[in-house]
Amino acid sequence: MIEPSMRAQMASTITELMDDDPRLVMVLCDISVGLFEAAARAHPGRVLSIGIMEQTAVSLAAGLALEGLVPVVHSIAPFIVERPFEQIKDDFCYQRLGGNFVSIGASYDYASDGMTHQAPGDVPILSTLPGMEVVVPGTPAEFDALFREAYADGAPTYFRTSAQANRDSRPVRFGRLDVVRTGTEATVVAVGPMLDRVIKACTGHDVSIAYCTTVRPFDAVGLRSLVGARRAPVLLVEPYYAGTGISDVVTALAPMAVRVEAIGVPRRVLSNYGTADEHDAALGLTAPGIRARLESLLAEPRA
Amino acid sequence: MARGELTARDPAMQPALTLLAGTRGDDKHDPSTLSILDVVWVLYQRVLRHDPADPRSEGRDRFLVSKGHGPIALYAVLADRGFFPAEELGHFLEFAGRLGGHPDRNLVPGIEASSGSLGHGFPMAVGVALALQLRGSDRRVFVLIGDGEANEGSVWETALLAGSLHLPGLTGILIDNHTSSRPLGDIAAKFRAFGWVATTIDGRDHLAIESALRAQDPTRPSMVVAEINP
Repeated sequence: MIEPSMRAQMASTITELMDDDPRLVMVLCDISVGLFEAAARAHPGRVLSIGIMEQTAVSLAAGLALEGLVPVVHSIAPFIVERPFEQIKDDFCYQRLGGNFVSIGASYDYASDGMTHQAPGDVPILSTLPGMEVVVPGTPAEFDALFREAYADGAPTYFRTSAQANRDSRPVRFGRLDVVRTGTEATVVAVGPMLDRVIKACTGHDVSIAYCTTVRPFDAVGLRSLVGARRAPVLLVEPYYAGTGISDVVTALAPMAVRVEAIGVPRRVLSNYGTADEHDAALGLTAPGIRARLESLLAEPRA
Repeated sequence: MARGELTARDPAMQPALTLLAGTRGDDKHDPSTLSILDVVWVLYQRVLRHDPADPRSEGRDRFLVSKGHGPIALYAVLADRGFFPAEELGHFLEFAGRLGGHPDRNLVPGIEASSGSLGHGFPMAVGVALALQLRGSDRRVFVLIGDGEANEGSVWETALLAGSLHLPGLTGILIDNHTSSRPLGDIAAKFRAFGWVATTIDGRDHLAIESALRAQDPTRPSMVVAEINP
């Protein structure tokens, strides 16, 4: 059986939830409209295909939320995050309204379309917003579980789906780190679709692996418990700009003095086309690349 | 014109003017304050269904001040209607006060939506109108925007969108006090071109304001362009 993509899963999860939750309203900006045709037929007025106007989409969704509905706004990551960032900030976060933003495209799923369609900065800028929740599932089934758990929690929540996915789903819970395995030399935190390559990279090393699908709020208690008092170094592996979550890790472990490093997309202009896999290879976001960084970290003398 | 020189075009308006004249100035937004005053007062006095004792009652009409500028006029009218004690107007812009330079719905009873950054409240009002329509409510949604605000792209996105929707319950009020840096020409004609019913009135003429705000097209949203001349 071929697994559905996260994008297809998004449509089927939301369509199913719309049958049971009359508050749920989908706001589309010409992207994925075909995936919601059945929902639009079944629920007139609750699938709003408004056209290519993302700022209006987010503000309109806030208006729906003001009246007690639970909106979901969907588009490609740069157009749903970076273009209407101020609308998310003012209309949702400052007004303390709940709503959902589900993106496709991730950092460079649309690599061949160039930089305008890439968003390695989506999670970093959303992380500046008070009250914003950020979810990065690693598989379609994890999207389903996490969306069902968080979509109506009264907070603005960003779900970052990706064409890249892990092979197997984990028993993820919103707001919780999932401990994949425990070890003593280091703790590696893998975010969303980075898990498979992290597991491969760690083969043969006595390290803990924590799987993170809720980036905000970060599970500080879970990480502290896993790291314990060993003061072993932490390597954070992120599918967006490297270091986005480093302050969460450092804050979680304070006042312990623990070496923390991050590997992810470097903060530079990515002007290559091609595929996401080619970008990963060029940037070292592969199992060998992660392994090299891990071994370099393990080779450093401990304070 | 200074706020202390305001004269009531309706004797019933005098208490609100007295409250306004006694409050701290906000030089940056005083032109906005003076330009929206008559429209806001007529709206609350004669048109808007509202209940100061239950500001979020289901049966109320909604009024969003999209531009958020000049809110002291709105605060004075809300205080006059009894949404909160008039004494609070004396704490306008103060650190511990709840009446800020732009309104906050989580702080001030009667404020439907927080605003201040231009071009946000107009599309929010469309969302409110769609939500009311979805649950079969006949309550109306009024949204006030400014001519300067109409430089924002989201205003015209919203004009395009709402003009193509069945939204008879939505009424926009565009206060044109000629502060737009770009000439807007015939604003009503622009909204008509997007599918709205649009009219232009004297924004100081209370009868004209009331008549325009009471009017509703059976199928389309309405835009009232309220001209404010010095």
